[in-house]
Formats: sequence, structure tokens, C-alpha cells
Amino acid sequence: MDRVAALAVAVVGVPLLLVGYIVASEWLLGRLPLRRRAGVRPWVWIGPAITFVVVYLIYPSLATIWLSLFDARSERFVGLANYEQIVQLSDVHIAIRNNVLWVVFFSGIVLAFGLVFAILADRVRYEGLAKSLIFLPMAISFTAASVIWKFVFDYQPAEVTQTGLLNAILTGLTPIDPQAWLISPPWNNLALIAVGVWVWTGFAMVIISAALKGIPVELLEAARVDGARELTVFRRILLPLLGPTIAVVGTTLVIFALKSFDIVYVMTSGNYETEVIANLMYEQLFSVRHNGRASSIAVVLLLAIVPVLIINLRRFRFQEAVR
Amino acid sequence: MRVAIGTLPLHASVIGLILVWVLPTAGLLVSSVRPAHLVSSTGWWTAFTTAPGFTLQNYEQVLTANNMGTSFLNSLMVTIPAVIIPIAVASFAAFAFAWMEFPLRNTIFLALVALLVVPLQMTLVPVLQLHTNLGLNGTFPGIWLAHTGYGLPFAIYLLRNFFGSLPRELLESAAIDGAGPATTFFRLILPLSVPALAALTIFQFLWVWNDLLVALIFLGGRPGVAPVTVTVSNLVNSLGQNWQLLTAAAFISTALPLIVFFALQRYFVRGLTAGAVKG
Repeated sequence: MDRVAALAVAVVGVPLLLVGYIVASEWLLGRLPLRRRAGVRPWVWIGPAITFVVVYLIYPSLATIWLSLFDARSERFVGLANYEQIVQLSDVHIAIRNNVLWVVFFSGIVLAFGLVFAILADRVRYEGLAKSLIFLPMAISFTAASVIWKFVFDYQPAEVTQTGLLNAILTGLTPIDPQAWLISPPWNNLALIAVGVWVWTGFAMVIISAALKGIPVELLEAARVDGARELTVFRRILLPLLGPTIAVVGTTLVIFALKSFDIVYVMTSGNYETEVIANLMYEQLFSVRHNGRASSIAVVLLLAIVPVLIINLRRFRFQEAVR
Repeated sequence: MRVAIGTLPLHASVIGLILVWVLPTAGLLVSSVRPAHLVSSTGWWTAFTTAPGFTLQNYEQVLTANNMGTSFLNSLMVTIPAVIIPIAVASFAAFAFAWMEFPLRNTIFLALVALLVVPLQMTLVPVLQLHTNLGLNGTFPGIWLAHTGYGLPFAIYLLRNFFGSLPRELLESAAIDGAGPATTFFRLILPLSVPALAALTIFQFLWVWNDLLVALIFLGGRPGVAPVTVTVSNLVNSLGQNWQLLTAAAFISTALPLIVFFALQRYFVRGLTAGAVKG
């Protein structure tokens, strides 16, 4: 019961506090001399946001770089020792290999499926329904998606009835023995990536589909009238026009692939050579309790994302210039 | 005219893909209402043919014995403020970025855009130390604050673009009529921005409700505070092959996002495409 009461307080109290902040600040601003108001006012409005961003993003990011030079309990300066240690961990090599697999296969397959589905769905009358169903997993957490797919991948010994969908299909249609999809490396990584693909394809499809609708039909018809085959239309007209959109979606996917955590954590905990950088960091932080090494792994992750960050900023500047 | 691929292969591939996407979820739903002995001995796809028998007992058990009921309330307790606070704080800031002049305005905004891609992992260790020192570790206000910090760059980015696209004359005429910034903001900007706010609310809701990492780090697994994602991920380890219970728990954890998603899908898709297709 006090849970419900606490929820009520949070739901009513928090918004009141936030609106109260603006009303009270504006009242105080009203007491200031007129010519000073315009100078102070913007800082009142962006103040809370700046505070949050500094405390939860900027300060911790800088502190992480600093802490990566300290020991497990952040007490003794050790220089680059953590970095030397992590490059020697065999788990790290596996994690880096797997993150490369994630970046290549996850991003590649999601883009390909998203593109193909956007184009196919565009040509059927039940497009809305079809897209909704593909998009639906976006609402499902990776945790729940992992349960769903762990069940699909479920493995029973060959003489027992297969209750996992994939092995039931495999043993039903072919003489091949059931496979332990999540246990045999390196293919189990692809099984995990498949879960990510299942969740994210809808995202790529929706955005590419919106861009597709923006391409004038006359353009495609003109090419077809001129005798261009469907594949040529796709390669020479659709792909170049969709290029910028595919690039935007691709960056998002690459960032996700580099940070992937939930699916691996829930499905294999990084066992059977499925380790990824983000899970490795979690283990160093909570199982090994080594702040220094956890921080240095985070820095490595940041370094991997820096190129994407630079591309993002360039594009943003370009967009602002166009506005 | 438009159909240049043969009709039959087209429909076959579309429907085939849909089946691949829908079947896993169907398996979840069906298994969650089947009794244990059937789930372990027969495939869920036989539920309607060879071995009928459905039950709600799995739900009863996970809601009480496996703590999913409490976790559901915990998730609400985490999510509602963790959606309201960042959107409110972001809309204040977006208003200033879009309609007020101040030094370093563009530089600060550019810094926010850069922060959009900084991995959360970069912040975990210091924020955890900070929360421990402040006694916020493992508390709901702690995770509200963390989610607010993490959600702000995207929220400000999206709202600033939307606020900035509102017609200047509208704001000027409000100022001439004597409306102060607070009145303009609450009476004019916010009501006009309902589509953007709705899209953002859905994003933030799905992100917080479905989040596992932030909850694991800042709340931990104590039953009193663990949200649905943390509880389900623990059950994956403790329940092992009890698929009828796992699927029921997983379905409870996604019921609310699915409802929100279906009810507000239009806003969600519009928000997604507005953010990405522009350039």
C-alpha cells in the first residue's frame, strides 16, 4: 500500500516541483531590474538541464578516464597498468572479436532486411499491417526478447521431443541432429545477433520506408519506360537516393552494436565465447569489483565510438548550415 | 503498373518474413498459458491440435511466488518520474535554445549533440561512486536522476528542433499581448508541441521501462526495488527450463509497452522519421 502512496507522491509531486521551479524563477526575475532580466533568464531555463548533463554525463566521463589510471578501489595511481592488464586478458580478445562480429553482421543484416522489407511492403495492399508486425519487437525489451529467443533456440537431446521451434524445424525437415545453438562457438554469436536483428529491423524499415515514400514515383517510372530493369532501377536510382538515410540508420546501428549488452547478459552471460565489451565491463565492475579496469574498458569503448561521434557532428553542422 | 515483381513471389516473401517475425512471440504467448507437463513434453505449436489444455496458473505463480507483481509496481515507480523529469527539464532548455539569445548558445548545443553518442558505460563508475556517497544507491530517486541525465541530450535535441520550427510571428504577437516567457511556454509552446512531446514520451517510456543495464547498476537486484527487466533476467537463471513460467513473466514485462506501442504507434513512427529523414 505504501508503494502505491509513494507512486502517487511521485506522480503528483515531481511535476509540481518542476512547474514550481519555473514559476518561482520567473517571479524572482520579475524583481530584477529590466535590463538584467534578458541576460539572466536563459540560464534559469537551461540551468537544470546543464546541471544534469554536467553531473551525469560530462563529469563522470572525464572522471572515468581519470579512474582508469587508478587501482581496483580508486585509491592508488597505477598509470597505464589497467590498460596493460586488459589487453592481456583472453576474454578481451574474444570480446573485441565479437563486437566486430556484432558491428558487421548486426548492422549489415538489419540494414539489408530493413531495406528489402521497406521495398517489398511498399508494393502490397496490407502494407500497414505488415509493417506494424515487423515493427512490434521494438516495443519489447531485450530481456523479454532474450526469453522469447532462448525458447526458440531451446535444445533437447536427439531422442527427446524438441520443444524449441528451431530444432523442431531442423529435425522435422532434415535428418540433421538437433543443435545447441547458444553453446557452440563461434556460431552462437550469430544466434545472439539474430535476436538483435529481430528487434531492430523494424526501426530500419520504418525510417527507410519513410524516405522511400519521398522518392517521386515518376522518376522510377521514367527509368522503367526507358527500359531499365528492376535491379538497375534499384541500384542506380533507389540506392543513391536512399544513401543519406541509410547512413543515418547505419550509424545508430553501429553504436548499438558496439554497446550491445542486454542480449548477451541474459542469454549466455558472456559464456561460451560470446563475451562483448559492455558485458566485460559489467563483470569487472560488479563481479571482480575492479573500478580501474572497468573504467579502462569503458574508455576503450569510447575510443571505438569516437569516429562515429565525429561523423555525427559533421553531419549536424552540415544540417545546421542548410537550415 | 507498380507491381514489377511477380505477384505470387512478392506475397510469399512478405508473408514469409512476417511469419518469421511473429512466430517467436506467438510461442511466448501460447506457452505462457499451457500447463507445465505439456510445455516440457510437446511443442507449443501443437497446443491447438493434439494436446489441448490451457491454464492461467503460470501467471498466478510468477506474479506472487516469483515476485513479478512487485516488480511491475517497481517498474512503474521507476518509469513514470523518469519520463516526466527529463521531458520537463529538456523542454525548459529547448525553449531557451530555440527562442532566447545568450552567449555560447551554439557551442553548448553542439556539445549536447556530441554527448548523444557517448556510451553510458563511460559514466557508470563515477556516478555509482557519487550515488553511494549520497546514499542514493539502490533507491528510486537515484535511478530517476540517472535516467534524466542520460535521456536529456536526445530530448533537448528533438524538442529544440520542434520548438524552433514554430512560427516566429506567433511568439512575437504573444509578447506584444503582454505574455511573459512562462505564459508563452505553458500556454503556447507546449500545447502546440503535443506531437513532438508525445513521440518523446513514448521513446523515453520504452527506453526506461525496457532498460536493464541502468537498473542493474543503480538499483541492483533486491526484490523490493527490482524492475521487471531485472527480475526476468534473474528468473532466466533460476527457472532454467520452466518455459511456461519464464514466458508468463516475460509477457507480463512487455504487456504495458505493447499497449502503449499499439495505442500511440502513429506518434512513435512520426517521431522516429522526423528525427532521421530530414537530412
